[in-house]
Amino acid sequence: MRNFFAFLSGGLFGAGLLVAGMVDTRKVQGWLDVFGEWDPTLAFVLAGAVGVMMIAWAFAKRRAQTLIGLPMPEAPPKLVDRNLVLGSLMFGVGWGLAGLCPGPALGSLSFGGWQGWLFVLAMGMGMAIAPMFKEQLARLDTAPEDG
Amino acid sequence: MEQDWIWGLVGGLMIGLGAAIYLLVNGRIMGASGILGGLVDGSGRDSTSERFAFLAGLVAIPPLLVPLYQVVDTKVTSNIAVLVIAGLLVGVGTRIANGCTSGHGVCGISRFSLRGITATVFYLIGGGLALIVGRHLLGVI
Repeated sequence: MRNFFAFLSGGLFGAGLLVAGMVDTRKVQGWLDVFGEWDPTLAFVLAGAVGVMMIAWAFAKRRAQTLIGLPMPEAPPKLVDRNLVLGSLMFGVGWGLAGLCPGPALGSLSFGGWQGWLFVLAMGMGMAIAPMFKEQLARLDTAPEDG
Repeated sequence: MEQDWIWGLVGGLMIGLGAAIYLLVNGRIMGASGILGGLVDGSGRDSTSERFAFLAGLVAIPPLLVPLYQVVDTKVTSNIAVLVIAGLLVGVGTRIANGCTSGHGVCGISRFSLRGITATVFYLIGGGLALIVGRHLLGVI
């Protein structure tokens, strides 16, 4: 049951990315390229998805459990910290360079050619070494001040 | 070109529906980087099958729709260095920030999460800088 709906959710996500044209890296880079031929499509994609999710969150708030009786996700941490800012900046630079973020990169694997596979492989390696980076960042916080 | 925004909106609604199902049925935040990353670094061991099921749908369903289009071209660069550097940055960055466009963007903004909105601002800044430097200064993308 749980896996079926996870599959359905992933399928809708991927199909939506394809329909929206978000597997086209030029459209994504066109959105980010404010000094080039600017392409506003991504704003409409985000608006549509956020609109549906606003309704979903409003519904979720009034329920203690999900529709199949699982716990609702916990409230997220409120803290905006260095990791959030630094990680998002790194992600953004990579996103701009290739025009791919994790969703469309995975969704286009079957038709995106070797380039898509190479990107996903590098992304997976990045995810594998990310805990090391996190550890180093945490160490910066606890390191004694040299003055 | 003028139809692009309509299909963008339609696709966005589908993405939102996928995220809504993952939240309201599975009780989880639909974040592509988190779902994959939890498998890669082993932090998602308690929900392995659910993660694989989501990724299977994400990878297997889009090609079923491809025949509806004459051409689906991702127009992705063939520059190996750019692909590898970009992939590494996306992998490390999304895990350090705990989310990407789907988790922080779609799921975070819609619940008015300060973290989600902040992350979105900074990855947009990062993306904009990448285009300025990579396209307009260096001409590699």
